[in-house]
Amino acid sequence: MVGWAIALHGGAGDIPIDLPDERRIPRETALRHCLDLGVSALKSGKPPLDVAELVVRELENHPDFNAGKGSVLTTQGTVEMEASIMEGKTKRCGAVSGLTTVVNPISLARLVVEKTPHIYLAFDAAEAFARAHGVETVDSSHFITPENIARLKQAKEFNRVQLDYTAPTPPKELENCGDSQIGTVGCVAVDSAGNLASATSTGGYVNKMVGRIGDTPVIGAGTYANHLCAVSATGKGEEIIRGTVARDVAALMEYKGLSLTEAAAYVVDQSVPRGSCGLVAVSANGEVTMPFNTTGMFRACATEDGYSEIAIWPNN
Amino acid sequence: MGGWAIAVHGGAGVDPNLPAERQEEAKQLLTRCLNLGIVALRSNVSAIDVVELVIRELETDPLFNSGRGSALTEKGTVEMEASIMDGTKRRCGAVSGITTVKNPISLARLVMDKSPHSYLAFSGAEDFARKQGVEIVDNDYFVTDDNVGMLKLAKEANSILFDYRIPPMGCAGAAATDSPIQMNGLPISIYAPETVGCVVVDGEGRCAAGTSTGGLMNKMMGRIGDSPLIGAGTYASELCGVSCTGEGEAIIRATLARDVSAVMEYKGLNLQEAVDYVIKHRLDEGFAGLIAVSNKGEVVCGFNSNGMFRGCATEDGFMEVAIWE
Repeated sequence: MVGWAIALHGGAGDIPIDLPDERRIPRETALRHCLDLGVSALKSGKPPLDVAELVVRELENHPDFNAGKGSVLTTQGTVEMEASIMEGKTKRCGAVSGLTTVVNPISLARLVVEKTPHIYLAFDAAEAFARAHGVETVDSSHFITPENIARLKQAKEFNRVQLDYTAPTPPKELENCGDSQIGTVGCVAVDSAGNLASATSTGGYVNKMVGRIGDTPVIGAGTYANHLCAVSATGKGEEIIRGTVARDVAALMEYKGLSLTEAAAYVVDQSVPRGSCGLVAVSANGEVTMPFNTTGMFRACATEDGYSEIAIWPNN
Repeated sequence: MGGWAIAVHGGAGVDPNLPAERQEEAKQLLTRCLNLGIVALRSNVSAIDVVELVIRELETDPLFNSGRGSALTEKGTVEMEASIMDGTKRRCGAVSGITTVKNPISLARLVMDKSPHSYLAFSGAEDFARKQGVEIVDNDYFVTDDNVGMLKLAKEANSILFDYRIPPMGCAGAAATDSPIQMNGLPISIYAPETVGCVVVDGEGRCAAGTSTGGLMNKMMGRIGDSPLIGAGTYASELCGVSCTGEGEAIIRATLARDVSAVMEYKGLNLQEAVDYVIKHRLDEGFAGLIAVSNKGEVVCGFNSNGMFRGCATEDGFMEVAIWE
């Protein structure tokens, strides 16, 4: 049973079961749209690296997810975006952090792979690199949404660093914006030849310190792909770094002979605390898994044999 | 078996034509740092504290590529990065883009202990440093004449070797003909790989690891290597502590430091087997080295490059400082 497969996520966290329709439906629609885009691309023979990139670009452009437009804000009310991408067969990878004007961070990460001998560029220099290569940039205000301004205000009022999805008990007037049901985005894909790729992108934590880097651009933490699988993680960045989540899924397959599903479940259960993490992963054999230990994870997947799923909360 | 153990390194990939005095200087520095660590371990200082104090010493000495004596960016400035990890609870801290903090490893420690995050970079990290009251100096402090000279050579070499993937055959240029060995696209004589690191297991069996560097000579501003990346350049768990050095991109792709612990955890290998395994199988075409300790008091060094500045010692009296195989 070897065919193509794709999975994508829009973030894991404390997504309340009573999420109002007006918050839920646009995100489900976006997930469906991105899944369709990814599936068409795979069907038309596009390499998984291209597919992962184009799906994440689409998620970055959508303002309801915490990546690109719609990124959460730093403690200074600014946007600092980061992303990484990895190709399984060659293990070529690229990462960027501290972006403020680049419309599609994932594409800049891709450019780091294609145009430099390095893996990771950050802050002013990454921005300069973008300009030197004619990458699309806009004024930072483009990325800032009213919902995120409100989330920052709320987080400051609670005076704590807030996981994107922490369901607060906000004062009435903040209830509309206190949902925080947005998170890192990511996509993993495999074609019928077993070529794998992973891509992840984010704005980070609400109210994060300026200069804070999370798991998303750290190869082995938020993103990883090799000849066995491709993984994209989401959740509490600090825990995902400690748990080397994305690498560990592959390591368990390689070193302990676990299947994709077993390896991913193990990592989400054992390597990170409850409530901190979710991931999507595909294997060279066309399998898909999307485990999470949070209340919910915006996710979607499809495989060549016709299976597809779009979901937010646990299936059972 | 059991008891404390410590290892330090000053970089993998050594110019075979390195002058004898320089080799001697390096060995003396490594010995001094080992001894600092040993004295602390004998006074029951914890592994994480020993890692920090030894790396501070390596950063302060201008010999290796960290702190003062860091490799220079393409603009002739210094941009440092470091990470530290405490195996007991797998707590970690990292910094990148540091330009005025005298001891980046201590800032990484503060990120771990005093911030809600694991990794801070550039102006955000510098602001945090000031708020924490760490020692601040001008960027000039880190720049040495040796490195100003090296930068010039690196720029000249790059004008010939503009694509690091092209093999060095038939290459003209004085520096390129010194030795055919290349690392990260530069002739080994210019490469200056001397990232520093330290791994320690204390008398209680707690492991810790740390790595600090100025990065690649003539690097692009804003280029981040493996040293601040947990799982790549640095890793520590309940079982071991690991610090890597060499070609940063190869180390990142291999998640080298994490893999040493992973093969111990998931394949049941012992420390020596784990280090041998990752060096042999995980490095593809890249050159790198690492030092590692286990919670059983073992210490192992491994590298596939031609040499690694290193020193190690165990509680039962073993001590060795070496450069070559």
